[in-house]
Amino acid sequence: MYADSDGIEDGIELTGGVPGAVKILIAGGFGVGKTTMVGSVSEIPPLETEEFMTAASMGVDDLEGVEQKSTTTVAMDFGRITISGELVLYLFGTPGQQRFWFMWDDLSVGTLGAVVLADTRRLETSFASIDFFEQRGIPFAVGVNCFHGKRECTQDEVRAALDVDPAVPVLLCDVRHRESSKDVLLALLERVMSQALEAIAPATT
Amino acid sequence: MTEDRGIPPDAAAAAAAQAWFDRHAGPLVRPYTITGGRTRPRGDDLALITLVVARDPRQVTVRMRPEPAAILELCREQPLAVAEIAGRLDLPISVVKVLLGDLIEDALILTRAPVAVDAPDVRIIQRVIEGVRRL
Repeated sequence: MYADSDGIEDGIELTGGVPGAVKILIAGGFGVGKTTMVGSVSEIPPLETEEFMTAASMGVDDLEGVEQKSTTTVAMDFGRITISGELVLYLFGTPGQQRFWFMWDDLSVGTLGAVVLADTRRLETSFASIDFFEQRGIPFAVGVNCFHGKRECTQDEVRAALDVDPAVPVLLCDVRHRESSKDVLLALLERVMSQALEAIAPATT
Repeated sequence: MTEDRGIPPDAAAAAAAQAWFDRHAGPLVRPYTITGGRTRPRGDDLALITLVVARDPRQVTVRMRPEPAAILELCREQPLAVAEIAGRLDLPISVVKVLLGDLIEDALILTRAPVAVDAPDVRIIQRVIEGVRRL
């Protein structure tokens, strides 16, 4: 099962035979379709999990005094895609608000990249997420969710409005459909790959 | 507890009475009651997607406290991420990390840290691409 004898397969070292995990963040404002996207590709129904803001952000060792404060929690939805016996991909839907980024240290561990889900009627709600990933050099792609079936603007118009690097993929999508969500994830992963290759062999001038 | 700090018992009782009535009492079982008041896990740094599996799938859990037993039951057959355990048990992530720290100390679980992505291995990215294409 998960015996120590699993050893090395395809050059990926396994400790105790337990597989490794990576994740992709799905960031965006409230109601933009994060959970829908997670659910459209996940092999499990999306799960919700909570973290305390006070405990995690303040780094308290005990809860002395905390009982008087209201404890704020942030919730995340996530799903799973088993890639192979040794590799699992998790998708985490994360709120776009800045107050959420206190969790970044934990969120960033094992994160290949991020999808910023945007809504054409409220593009400004994705600015905070885009800035955040740009500043940290996290590969990301923008998915413009057209879940009303209306494509109110073109890819180029969205790109211009968001003012992102030309290398950042911007896609119109309908994340209720698995194929559409897959297209966004694959566009992101191509971006992740090209950034990784650039890091290995920087383009010479 | 409070007596250690030299607070007069009356004052402590009054403070406790204020703190624990009605909505101040919070959920029926306060999350950190389960962890004995600790909010930091012992030992390993656990991440949201650290994978956890029972060291021995036949581990008997009947004499264990309910929450650690539930964790072992969940990851008896297949590895689950820390976040997944928290989601299924409906407990906050930080609480689950404390419980997992205890299970690590008792050598009841194996964990696997997330794949390092500071300089991501292109073979791993390629595998993820292939896996997503197969969906």
